[in-house]
Amino acid sequence: MANDTVLNQNGEQDVWSGAKEPFRASYGKLMMWYFLLSDAFTFAGFLVAYGALRFSVPTWPLPDFVFSTFPGGIHHAPLIFVTVMTFILIMSSVTMVRAVQEGHRENKKGVVFWMLMTIVGGLSFLGCQAWEWTNLIGKENMTIYQNPFGTHTQDGVYLDNEHGVPYAAGEKAETFKAHHTYLIEKVANHDTGKKDWVQRRMKLKDGTETVQQFGPQAFGALFFFITGFHGFHVFSGVVFLTIIMLNVASGLYAQRKNHYEMVEKIGLYWHFVDLVWVFVFLVFYLL
Amino acid sequence: MSNISQIDQEKLIHEDGFNDHFHEHHDGDKYQMGFLTKYIFSMDHKMIAKQFLITGMVWAVIGALMSLVFRLQLGFPESDMAWLRPILGQWIVVNDAGVGTLSTEFYYALVTMHGTILVFFVLTAGLSGTFSNLLIPLQIGARDMASPFLNMLSYWFFFLAGIIMFISLFLSTGPFSGGWTAYPPLSLLPQASDGSKAGMTLWSISMVFFVVSVLLGGINYVTTVLNLRTKGMSMWRLPLTVWSFLITAIVGILSFPVLAAAFFLVICDRSLGTSFYLSEIFIGGQALDHVGGSAILYQHLFWFLGHPEVYIIILPTMGIVSEILSISSRKPIFGYKAMVMSLSAISFLSFIVWAHHMFMSGMNPFITNFFVIFTLIIAVPSAVKVFNWISTLYKGNIRFNSASLFAIGYVSLFISGGLTGIFLGNSTIDIQLHDTYFVVAHFHLVMGVAAFFGMFAGIYHWFPKMFGRFMNETVGKIHFWGTLIGAYMIFWPQHYLGIAGVPRRYYSFENFDAFSHFGTMNKVITIAAFFTFFLQVLFLINFFYSMYRGRKVTNPNPWGANTLEWTTPINPGHGNWDGNLPVVHRWPYDYSKDGEDHIPQIIPIQPGETVVHQ
Repeated sequence: MANDTVLNQNGEQDVWSGAKEPFRASYGKLMMWYFLLSDAFTFAGFLVAYGALRFSVPTWPLPDFVFSTFPGGIHHAPLIFVTVMTFILIMSSVTMVRAVQEGHRENKKGVVFWMLMTIVGGLSFLGCQAWEWTNLIGKENMTIYQNPFGTHTQDGVYLDNEHGVPYAAGEKAETFKAHHTYLIEKVANHDTGKKDWVQRRMKLKDGTETVQQFGPQAFGALFFFITGFHGFHVFSGVVFLTIIMLNVASGLYAQRKNHYEMVEKIGLYWHFVDLVWVFVFLVFYLL
Repeated sequence: MSNISQIDQEKLIHEDGFNDHFHEHHDGDKYQMGFLTKYIFSMDHKMIAKQFLITGMVWAVIGALMSLVFRLQLGFPESDMAWLRPILGQWIVVNDAGVGTLSTEFYYALVTMHGTILVFFVLTAGLSGTFSNLLIPLQIGARDMASPFLNMLSYWFFFLAGIIMFISLFLSTGPFSGGWTAYPPLSLLPQASDGSKAGMTLWSISMVFFVVSVLLGGINYVTTVLNLRTKGMSMWRLPLTVWSFLITAIVGILSFPVLAAAFFLVICDRSLGTSFYLSEIFIGGQALDHVGGSAILYQHLFWFLGHPEVYIIILPTMGIVSEILSISSRKPIFGYKAMVMSLSAISFLSFIVWAHHMFMSGMNPFITNFFVIFTLIIAVPSAVKVFNWISTLYKGNIRFNSASLFAIGYVSLFISGGLTGIFLGNSTIDIQLHDTYFVVAHFHLVMGVAAFFGMFAGIYHWFPKMFGRFMNETVGKIHFWGTLIGAYMIFWPQHYLGIAGVPRRYYSFENFDAFSHFGTMNKVITIAAFFTFFLQVLFLINFFYSMYRGRKVTNPNPWGANTLEWTTPINPGHGNWDGNLPVVHRWPYDYSKDGEDHIPQIIPIQPGETVVHQ
């Protein structure tokens, strides 16, 4: 039996030789990692779909114009609201790290407190998303079928008050009206009692008149589907965080004496959801 | 050198084994107390394996019966099918003269369901689910899977997917009928065909649950192999079966989520009215308001799973066959590491060849070059495997039993089916051959029949481990020879049909002068299909009869194999080994070495051994 154990060059028993955890990770943590790997591929599938559809149309809405509303009737605040959302989510990752850290210190109260903070962060993010969706669907009329956010540019210039060509002498360009960030809106028609689409008129540099066209339909569908799928992940994360927090509070994990590994596992998931948001943020809000 | 066959292995495990304190706390046994926890909601990997196997068998029978009905239509288009009315009801249209014909809609539904059921339910769940579950813990020396609970869930998600699919068979508009690939726009528009109504809704929901099942299983398999190997079981001492299950599971974890993504978008397009896959389209003279989607996008997402999927089907059987060929030829497997490397190479390449399924779908012909090259490179690791199998058999002291015959038959089918893949992998030849019976013949031989042969080999070989009894050898050999001849009779002629341009999926060729003279050939194929099916009935009778009445196993290691599953009691209980876990001292392929017939993995290296495989 002299030479039958697998030894590495330093004469130590190799971590791969069996009855050992090669990555020093318990099976539960490994499973979480593999689940996250698979989930990454799901999101990758969606983002590939996003890329394929986006580059199959000639124009795409400019995020600066689409996401420029802030609660309290504030307009022309490009990407400010989503910055707040993102900050909240990133901060909830920080609190999650603290919860895991307190777990390693076997400090039950600390774990519960920081998990609670994480849950608050997650719920705030979801609340922000709910407001953003409500605003986009209800006020700005972007749905999975209709996208009022057209191209925003013509011949390489932004269609805003500064750059737009006046529709008639002495008038301002009609591309934007006060408090509106969007180019196409719905206005109540008193005769029919319904709301009709109003598409802004404008003149191009060569003098021809045109109306603002609807943007690519896929934008709305992709936006709501992918941010919705991410939001669903956040929501499930909040549910699991709550269950695990209650278990922590009940002292269940303290008995196991494994440094609150369950908290660490849900932490992995939570950071992953954050990381996915970085990509979602990138493709919808920055590119 | 001491006489290894004299070593008392039970005593060896008792003295040399590895005490994991499993039997000191008894929570393991709470899983197996009542009927419900032992047989239905079992968390024991061996029982879950049997559940996957039996469920897979039920689906295999349903899928095969469907193929018989549409083969009947193809072989005997003129015949009266009114006698099928009691079973198929409205799908047999009976005219005034009392002559029944198969409804065209239902013909497509049958073809679609046959594909879906066989690819996903039988050859993915029924195959990986059975053998990964049964063999991973037993062969690596583990008490059970890493998470027995998720393992149970994996089966029940599969069961749920099956139930939903089964219900869809009984819809008044019929099950989904747009092909197992479910290409849009056909699959998305209920107006397009009856099968795209409720049938497709159930199909897509069922498939999402199926993906969940595969992921739960796959994550468990990988984690178990990495973390739960017993002492001494280094990665290079794993049997090739376990290597193949590990690699299959990794491929599944990376590809099935993309299928789920594709199906989520399908569900949105169907239920919410989005246009991810639908661009401007007219149907029945009516313009739909879908704009801007891309049907090709679906094909890319689908085949990103779809191609790895065929390797998910074939890789486990490669491991099973390697193991059985080595045991039955009483020789070490030829090129153990080359086998592992080629498995890895095939699985890596499987991710970058998906668009060879789409050569004729309007892709940029320059991009096809990329996919052609990598597709053809797959022939290299595949050939490595084939040559290694043949070299393993070469000059072996071959024991021809049912398991080894099926393993040898597997090699034959893999060669004949694989060679035609080289034709189809060329985008230029594909212009002629795509969507013809050549494709049907190719993939049925290489991943259909071959995978079944691997599965049969595995069932015959590990039946004693599953049920403590043997299957009947004579019936097994009849099953083998009949199935081998039958399968070649079905699929060999289809190559000729394909080269002549006969398109697949057609209901009838009566109106095509170019194809009408293949009527006799189609009749022969249909008769061969019936012949082959009845041999499978023979197998099923053998299986269930042997389960209760088969010859009892008396020797814990009936095949003289080296792997760990044969060091357990004949009927292993929960936890697999009664006392300590076995400790592994060598690779699993020490056959006919130093005058010893076989040296199990638990035997320590003896003084004077010639070649020591670490």
